[in-house]
Amino acid sequence: MAVDNASIMTQTMNDLPSGLNAEDLVDIYANMVLIRTLDERIWAMNRQGKAAIVASSQGHEAAQLASVWALRHHAKDYFCFTYYRDLAVTVSQGLTPTEALLGFLAKEGEPMSGARQFPQHGAIPDRKVINISNVVATHISHAVGWALAAKMRGEPTVVAAYMGDGATSQGEVHEAMNFASVMKLPVVFIVENNKYAISVPQHRQMNVTEVSSRAVGYGMPGVTVDGTDVVASYAACAEAVERAARGEGPSLVELDVERYLPHTSDDDDSVYRAKEEIDEARKRDPLAKLKALLQSAGLMTDERDAELRESARREVDAATDAAEAAPFPPDDDVLERVFEEVG
Amino acid sequence: MAIMTVIEAVREAMREEMRRDASVFILGEDVGRRGGVFLATQGFIDEFGEQRVIDTPLAEAAIAGVAVGAAMAGMRPIAEVQFGDFMFPVFNQIVGEAARIRYGTNGKLHVPMVVRSPYGGHVRGGLFHSQSPEAYFAHTPGLKVVTPATPYDAKGLLKAAIRSNDPVVFLEHKRTYRAVRGEVPDGDYVVPIGVADIKRAGDAATIVTYGLTLHYSLQAAEVLAGEGVEVEVVDLRTVSPIDRETVLESVRKTSRALVVHEDNLSLGVGAEVSAIIAEHAFDSLDAPVMRVAGPDIPAMPFAPTLEAAYMPTADKIEAALRRLLEY
Ligand SMILES: Cc1ncc(C[n+]2csc(CCOP(=O)(O)OP(=O)(O)O)c2C)c(N)n1
Ligand SMILES: [Mg+2]
Repeated sequence: MAVDNASIMTQTMNDLPSGLNAEDLVDIYANMVLIRTLDERIWAMNRQGKAAIVASSQGHEAAQLASVWALRHHAKDYFCFTYYRDLAVTVSQGLTPTEALLGFLAKEGEPMSGARQFPQHGAIPDRKVINISNVVATHISHAVGWALAAKMRGEPTVVAAYMGDGATSQGEVHEAMNFASVMKLPVVFIVENNKYAISVPQHRQMNVTEVSSRAVGYGMPGVTVDGTDVVASYAACAEAVERAARGEGPSLVELDVERYLPHTSDDDDSVYRAKEEIDEARKRDPLAKLKALLQSAGLMTDERDAELRESARREVDAATDAAEAAPFPPDDDVLERVFEEVG
Repeated sequence: MAIMTVIEAVREAMREEMRRDASVFILGEDVGRRGGVFLATQGFIDEFGEQRVIDTPLAEAAIAGVAVGAAMAGMRPIAEVQFGDFMFPVFNQIVGEAARIRYGTNGKLHVPMVVRSPYGGHVRGGLFHSQSPEAYFAHTPGLKVVTPATPYDAKGLLKAAIRSNDPVVFLEHKRTYRAVRGEVPDGDYVVPIGVADIKRAGDAATIVTYGLTLHYSLQAAEVLAGEGVEVEVVDLRTVSPIDRETVLESVRKTSRALVVHEDNLSLGVGAEVSAIIAEHAFDSLDAPVMRVAGPDIPAMPFAPTLEAAYMPTADKIEAALRRLLEY
């Protein structure tokens, strides 16, 4: 992966990309703290036997939040077609910790699917998040179709299609990218490359070092940036969002991230991943990196950080209590909403 | 009232719906300047423009997946899959995705799309241009599967499909396209999805069928009518959901049932119809339910002798009717 890990260290608050200011970074940091706290809680609740299945976002937060902020600042309207690892997208788009936990505990009132689906799946159109499917990469063409509809109606929507590195091997991704580029559709393809698809490392997934190098084959721009670096991720996403918003077509943004935990709570990564590798990856922790950047600009202190963490813990505690107290969906709901109800 | 072919009726339905509703659009291979390989969209690009009549790349999964996305966003796409045999690249998107979206979002999103495809054989289409894929889709709750056999039904059902707020797989038998003509009223009418039609009334036995074999069944019924035996012919028109009431009412009247379809015999629509009859009209039966269908081979072969051997023709249906009546 051609990413200069030292680059963040040279990053200063003086050369922020246009559209991103210091307050945004503070805001993003607060979101990161909340989402990491929530993510850790969910994992713990899996180990307690309460959450049946978890895919953690830990290590992906900077990439996900930067993309959301870029969409907010550079598109008049936008939609996120996420996948299962995008907790930071869903929560920053307004899925509350309680609602997220209702999903992980499969409780009544879960807003994305009524707890019919795995956590984080379904749709909250009012919060601009759709994650229909568990079948890897089927949603990429949906995102393209959503963008086609927007373009046909003259709406200014930019659609972000999130996927992992493994997902890019799917034939449907090729079809969707080609389609979007031929039709010049307002899509940003965001690849969160954590270098693993469950146990399969990137070099067994593809014979290129950068997924973004494929963009040329579709006649669209492709870039790879450090996805643990909020500023670099924001800059790359913003450029792609602007291109889409101008009607020039899609782009591929590859965000080089880390997966700190096993693929899901059902996975044991010790059989395929060395502990040293994960320790090394931890040095790129997006939270630590953003905190260091903010501290260097005098925008964060250890005290303020501790306060943020404490308030996040309280919020997640309250959410945990609420979700645990909620009932499961009533069993007579099982037959409902297969087809439109008529009459 | 005009006399039209099935393909003309299909074209009329789409043209009228596109004039009526700006959210209706067409995407598929060669649907633009070429007007589709069977000319279903002939002239559309001139009337509606390339924004609404989209020649896509040669990528069926994307055609379907893009249609799913656009439909979720509130459009009413009509995706054309050039041949029924090429439905398999689409399968993932239709069966795996479109069918589950209303359920999987707890009603937050739905998918008002139609996938149209010319299907079926007896056209020398060989292994990859003859298939009847309806049973695969009919097995999937969340999808409607429509199989019209006449111009009247094709137009009215396609309009209903386009207006449906749930995904519809709309299968047009390609041999009926130009071979079957019939009266079609001028202007707007809708044939409801899920309602069968009695194409010939009778009391001696019931044939339940759909698609091209409707016409072969009617030929067989005509032969027996010459001998004074009146066979009722029920055209399902929609294979999912099946109109149980019409089927059962007919069988309760005639006491004998023959199920006919071109798709291969086992585990298909005929099996379901037989089970419905066995479960709900057992006491009315004077004979076991019988079936005439394509044999259980992978697909319809090319050579004329082999194709004829596959096809449930009027002769075979007539012979089965005699067995049923003699039982
Ligand atoms: C079509 C399909 N095949 C296999 C799976 C099982 N599966 C779920 S996630 C996954 C790996 C995906 O890896 P990647 O796209 O890199 O995303 P990551 O989990 O690393 O973020 C696999 C094989 C699936 N859900 N869908
Ligand atoms: Mg991965």
